[in-house]
Amino acid sequence: MSATDLQVDERAVRRTSSPVMGMVLFVAGEAMFFAAFFAGYFQFRSQAKVWPPASVGTPEISIPAVLTAILVTSSIVLQLGLRAVARGRVATFERLLLLTILLGVCFLALQAYDYSQLTFGIKGGIYPSLFYVMTGLHMAHVVGGVVLLSVVGAQTLTGQISQRHHEPVEAAAIYWHFVDIVWLGLFTVYYVAVPR
Amino acid sequence: MAITEARPVARPEPFGRRLLSWLTTTDHKRIGILYIINSLAFFVIAGIFALLMRTELARPGQQLLSPRAYDQVFTEHGTLMIFLFIFPMLAAFGNYLVPLQIGALDMAFPRINALSFWLLPVGGLTVLSGFLVKGGAGASGWTAFAPLSVQGGAGMDLWILGIVIVGVSSILGAINFIVTILRMRAPGMTMFRMPIFCWGVLTTSLLVALAAPVLTAAMVMLFADRHLGTVFFDASRGGSPLLYQNTFWFFGHPEVYILILTAWAIVSEILPVFSGKPLFGYRGVVLAFLMIATLSFTVWAHHMFVTGAVELPFFSATTEMISIPTGVLFFNWLATLWKGKLRFEPPMMFALGFIGLFLVGGIDGVWQAAPAMDFALHDTYWVVAHIHYVLFGGTVFGIMAGLFFWFPKITGRYLSRKLGIWQFWVQFVGFNLTFFPMHILGLRGMPRRVADYAANRGWTGLNTLETVGAYIIAISMVLFFVNVFVSLRKPREAPDDAWGTSNSLEWATSSPPPPHNFDRLPEVHSLRPVRDLRLAAQGLAGEEGSS
Repeated sequence: MSATDLQVDERAVRRTSSPVMGMVLFVAGEAMFFAAFFAGYFQFRSQAKVWPPASVGTPEISIPAVLTAILVTSSIVLQLGLRAVARGRVATFERLLLLTILLGVCFLALQAYDYSQLTFGIKGGIYPSLFYVMTGLHMAHVVGGVVLLSVVGAQTLTGQISQRHHEPVEAAAIYWHFVDIVWLGLFTVYYVAVPR
Repeated sequence: MAITEARPVARPEPFGRRLLSWLTTTDHKRIGILYIINSLAFFVIAGIFALLMRTELARPGQQLLSPRAYDQVFTEHGTLMIFLFIFPMLAAFGNYLVPLQIGALDMAFPRINALSFWLLPVGGLTVLSGFLVKGGAGASGWTAFAPLSVQGGAGMDLWILGIVIVGVSSILGAINFIVTILRMRAPGMTMFRMPIFCWGVLTTSLLVALAAPVLTAAMVMLFADRHLGTVFFDASRGGSPLLYQNTFWFFGHPEVYILILTAWAIVSEILPVFSGKPLFGYRGVVLAFLMIATLSFTVWAHHMFVTGAVELPFFSATTEMISIPTGVLFFNWLATLWKGKLRFEPPMMFALGFIGLFLVGGIDGVWQAAPAMDFALHDTYWVVAHIHYVLFGGTVFGIMAGLFFWFPKITGRYLSRKLGIWQFWVQFVGFNLTFFPMHILGLRGMPRRVADYAANRGWTGLNTLETVGAYIIAISMVLFFVNVFVSLRKPREAPDDAWGTSNSLEWATSSPPPPHNFDRLPEVHSLRPVRDLRLAAQGLAGEEGSS
């Protein structure tokens, strides 16, 4: 690598703001955290003769499909909000941020309802262990995301977010998209990629 | 405490005010000092645990500790030494030095930096508070293997909680270091003009950011198995204890490098200063750091050879491969010394001790990486010898080198040279007396983590010798603390460039540095900006090109 290349590299790195870079690193760590559970999941699944076990049965996909739609929509809405604030349309951003938070809350409420409909409890063996702990940890991350977005909302209301200073929005969006992606992974392994 | 007077003040502030300013500080230098004090406090506690163990093992039979108490003591010894002494101590150097070395005002996130620090005493005391609850502290070893760790009382829960808190602290700290190093460098300080110490911190931080969350995952599963009725590690109900071992060691082996990389970097910083030569093959050292960090994610199952459930040739081969970049490091250290004008100041003595002792620990590791050897050595005292040659002979000697080296920068006062040399020799002799015989005991089959042994096994003599060695180490540590105490009472005399042959930017500012670090930043044109300044002052500028 020549000296010129290196300098170009460094300028690229320095354009990323500290909060955004910090969030990218944090999300990388979070990805490793969830990867440990997914690795456990595939390990147990590869050894099981029947998966999901007969005692659990094939899980009902309709509510989780709606959950997926809610979360994906919320990511798109937040990204539109980020674009709005980057172009100086703060009022539009405020509305889109509020919508994202509401979608997040809807997700939490609907998932709580989905839990209440399940026919198996956490103590029923390795599949329920994995299912409840993985989806529960994800749910905790959605709660964290809603809190984070609300903090950004509070910053917006007190005038700390503007076209020139919107790194917190960018950082929060990275986290929210990550939580969304983890859900897509969970949706795939627990609802889509199962024998029906 | 004298070191609180970090800057000249006309009238000393009242004690309460000064205390408050320390408790609420976000200055990386003060946080670095807090890290040092906190780490040394836990070092003393964990060291006392070590003495308790050695006292119990001096003779066969039960004298001091019941087997149950012994289990708690060795668990807390390992946990505190690893998570609350070695790692935070290396982070202390990082906190104090990284912004100075790259010419920054502070860390990228000063308040998160303060949070990272304050989580440490909280986590450490949470682990220790296990001694106060019914059933005692966590007693499953620092590795907390399931299913043993699924049993046990509230002390085990406190252990898990403490580890998670310390893990969060280290992840936040690591992110802070990475962003600081990537974004806050002074003009002219390119990545390859950065002091090697910063590369060590950067590599370590990448490992922490990616490996520590996996430990948290293991702790979550463990906690869920204990209290929520899940069966992750319960083989009788579809789970697998091997899942714990895989998850733990996936963190645990990068952790080993987390605990040594910064010490390598400290030594790589000190050897050039006391050899009067540049670090040999700087880019080779950087590459070795990065290669070792990458490989460290591929070797975890060498801790699990005897489970019979891992791919022996693969994990043996990747483990042996680590010896290649490590060999590069040894070669470069020796080449740095080669034909140098060596000055045997205490930092240099400890750095040289580090090289010799770490070599022994490293070669032990190469042996153990061969499955055939590992089957014989697993869970014997050989492993204890190995880990202590690496972490004590290696890292702690490196930490001592760093403390003697940067003490004048941090406090404006030199540690006594005479006491330092004495400490080095006492520590060196005590260390080898304690830990070398463990190799032999391991080969003779003495298992680790037991409170007692039979008198007729022929292990008694060496055990007694080890106990004597442990107390000699304790004497060397007393010499260190006396040295610190005495030196802090002396007037400030250290100049900016305390050793006269320094290279990196922290030596360009006053000793101790002002709160804002630099009044004026020198321009960085090479790997050794302070040397450039020195040569310019002597009218010899221009003969050294940029790196």
